[in-house]
Amino acid sequence: MIKDEKEFGMKATFTRRQALQGGAAYGALGLFVAAGLVTPQQALAQQAAWNKAAFDTTDIDATAKALGGGGFAPSDKITLTGPDIAENGAVVPVGVATTLPNVTQIAILVEKNPNTLAANFKMSKDAEPFVTTRVKMGQSSNVYAMVQSDGKLYVAKKEIKVTLGGCGG
Amino acid sequence: MGNPMRIRATENGGVVDVKVLMSHVMETGQRKDTAGVAVPAHFIQTVSATYNGAMIMEADWGPAVSKDPFWNFKFKGGKKGDKVTVKWVDNKGDSRTDEAVIA
Repeated sequence: MIKDEKEFGMKATFTRRQALQGGAAYGALGLFVAAGLVTPQQALAQQAAWNKAAFDTTDIDATAKALGGGGFAPSDKITLTGPDIAENGAVVPVGVATTLPNVTQIAILVEKNPNTLAANFKMSKDAEPFVTTRVKMGQSSNVYAMVQSDGKLYVAKKEIKVTLGGCGG
Repeated sequence: MGNPMRIRATENGGVVDVKVLMSHVMETGQRKDTAGVAVPAHFIQTVSATYNGAMIMEADWGPAVSKDPFWNFKFKGGKKGDKVTVKWVDNKGDSRTDEAVIA
């Protein structure tokens, strides 16, 4: 066994053997690793608490559910900025800002991508309800900004036309 | 470990504006190479930004975030001269942490 569990957790790379040994310390997760259901890489990703379920969703409703809300309502207090026409779908700048109070989450969703959710930002109380990033779009699609305010989900959408898809090939 | 991030943090009226440019392939896992073999997914899954040890913002990213990701956010209460730290972890367990002084 690895004596220092904390040190193990901090290692950037490790062998499968180490993963199997260290995995035991994580209980059920260790069992999955031992059973070969999860590779060491996946086990590590799970430790970082990446929300896999949300990223596997393929439509807006399912994504909203996975992000911890049932329904969602349109809101004119969300500003979603992006180009009307994107020449290159591999790099589409998308910005979200809102005047809604107590924002805890801002997610960017692309309706017609293989998986709807592109990114989900979780805000502390000091963070301004504003975020900008760049996403890939396979084809022209509605892009949604989903904002969690006071525990409820609100959305704004914008159609972005893509003249060259961003999925390579 | 990946290449260093470029981070710029500027304070204006009590609000710090942070712009981060990371260096990462952000491979979706859906693309095929010239030989027709699928290229395995390799993308940043989680990013976090801290100020004086306190979490400002965390994010989960999917492969739909563009190659060499750009991230811009703002937070209240930052002071000039203090440091903002940004960290990413990808789906292969690789990670990188960089920091910038607020100007």
